[in-house]
Amino acid sequence: MAGLWVLGEVTPDGTLAHISGEVATLARTLAEAAGQEVAGVVVAADPAAAAAELATFLPRVLAVSEPAAADRPWSMVAAERIAALLEPATAEFMFVGAGPDGRDLAGALAAMRGWGVLANATGAAWDDGSPVAEMSVFGGKLTTTSRFTGQTGIVTVRPNVVSAAPAGKPGSVEAVEAAGGDLSQPAVRVERVVEAGAAAPIEEARVIVAGGRGVGGPDGFKLVEDLAEALGGAVGATRAAVDAGWIPYGQQIGQTGKIVKPQLYLALGISGAIQHKVGMQTAETIVAVNRDPDAPIADFADLVVIGDLFAVGPALLAELRARSG
Amino acid sequence: MHIVVLVKPVPDTASGGERLGPDGRLDRAAVPAVVNANDEYALEAALKLVEANGGEITIVSMAPAAGTDTMRKALAMGATRGLLVTDDALAGADHVSTIRVLAAALKGLEFDLVFAGADTSDGQGGVVAAGVAVLAGLPYLSYAAKIEPNEESKTVRVRRISPTGYDVLEAPMPALVVCTQALGEPRYPSLKGIMAARSKEIVTRSLADLGVEAGSVGGAVSTTALVGSEAPPPRAATRVVRDTPEVAAKEVVDFLAERRII
Repeated sequence: MAGLWVLGEVTPDGTLAHISGEVATLARTLAEAAGQEVAGVVVAADPAAAAAELATFLPRVLAVSEPAAADRPWSMVAAERIAALLEPATAEFMFVGAGPDGRDLAGALAAMRGWGVLANATGAAWDDGSPVAEMSVFGGKLTTTSRFTGQTGIVTVRPNVVSAAPAGKPGSVEAVEAAGGDLSQPAVRVERVVEAGAAAPIEEARVIVAGGRGVGGPDGFKLVEDLAEALGGAVGATRAAVDAGWIPYGQQIGQTGKIVKPQLYLALGISGAIQHKVGMQTAETIVAVNRDPDAPIADFADLVVIGDLFAVGPALLAELRARSG
Repeated sequence: MHIVVLVKPVPDTASGGERLGPDGRLDRAAVPAVVNANDEYALEAALKLVEANGGEITIVSMAPAAGTDTMRKALAMGATRGLLVTDDALAGADHVSTIRVLAAALKGLEFDLVFAGADTSDGQGGVVAAGVAVLAGLPYLSYAAKIEPNEESKTVRVRRISPTGYDVLEAPMPALVVCTQALGEPRYPSLKGIMAARSKEIVTRSLADLGVEAGSVGGAVSTTALVGSEAPPPRAATRVVRDTPEVAAKEVVDFLAERRII
């Protein structure tokens, strides 16, 4: 019987990363449909909390205590421990989030074990004894389906592919000794800085209000922030707005920024150039406000308001507040 | 200081013409190739360090033979020389093969740092750099917003962007660093740079040159395979609203309510 493994990612404060709940939900659903076994693994200095959380989604979770995870790059430490733990592998498929930590972990495991990677899955199915993953490529022009040629592999899963849904009953957590001897990764963490007011991760947001060049400056982003707050969403931006220094790089959406898939993408003063489009076009609903009726975004938004965002934005804010009040 | 920058020639996304060939692989002839945008940030970060501390930059690419054209663009930005790994057997190479080949290419070079971009616009996997670090036995410092090498202590400090701020990581050199856009805008090549790039050296290496067994990497031993592809369902037609701000705002909110977003 094949095994599906969910590689649980851990946040700086030791809780389970949100993406791992989504990945676990996807893998569990896949395992149920395919009649396969699924389990999770969490590597951390103190894995108890994250492992218990992952066990709300999965029937069985291995909690690996690794003190080095406290002061070394998590993904490289986790990769070494997981590579040793999941050996010898028969038919095993790993699932992990497609964010920074998940990608680092997948790449390291691919090198250590020769496991293939299906990257950035937007869906998964089971066929002929192994998973097949759906991916969006070429800026969303094409949806491809791919599989592994062997009996092992790692699938990285984009955020918001499924909603995290706990299982009917929580699973068991087994404490496991870290295997594999001395760690080879020498990088150490000498400092952890938590920035006041660090924005919520935009990849996970259900609603994103984003500003582009048309927002005009950091003051204009106040309107973007107000609308995001009224809609219970996060703030995003184009590369032009980030390069201009109006908003931090972490909020950038597009080819060299984040790829997002929110329920609603409200684009303010964003023309919709291809480099931005590739990062947001899989949003379920796209609403844009733009002066220019010929802007590319008018071709792929679900609704576009042609007008001045500094007139339409405040009116929209007032209307949202009136309806919620 | 010697910095190696991993640079991938990718189809220009702005062309909008990317497509799969009949073999299910990216049709590289269909669109012009450019330097992967995230790799330009890595190169810019390397150029700044070399300008400040002295040194050289070698760009390393794994690409079809025509990849030298794209590498010249990186050389025009100011890199010193190029190394292209090209081999017919590499067509259809997967992540694992790419990792193995790039790690093998690094084995023949002397360097203090290797820089890579966060991901590529064509593959988007973002997994190759971590794998190269593992196989090349290099410390791995990813998602850097700041890079501070110390040549005396032979260590490098990197600010790694985290969900809540950043971590400061430290490792002995040589080390591999994944660069982000937060390091600063890439420069445009100057006319002088473009002229100079014409005569810069690009060494070409085959798998045999690198001592990599031909049957161990490439499309023939790919760990993944394309099963099918289709155009995604088209989005519904755009609704265009041209009313006064107040009326437009009501229409938007009604639309969001219809779709159960609010």
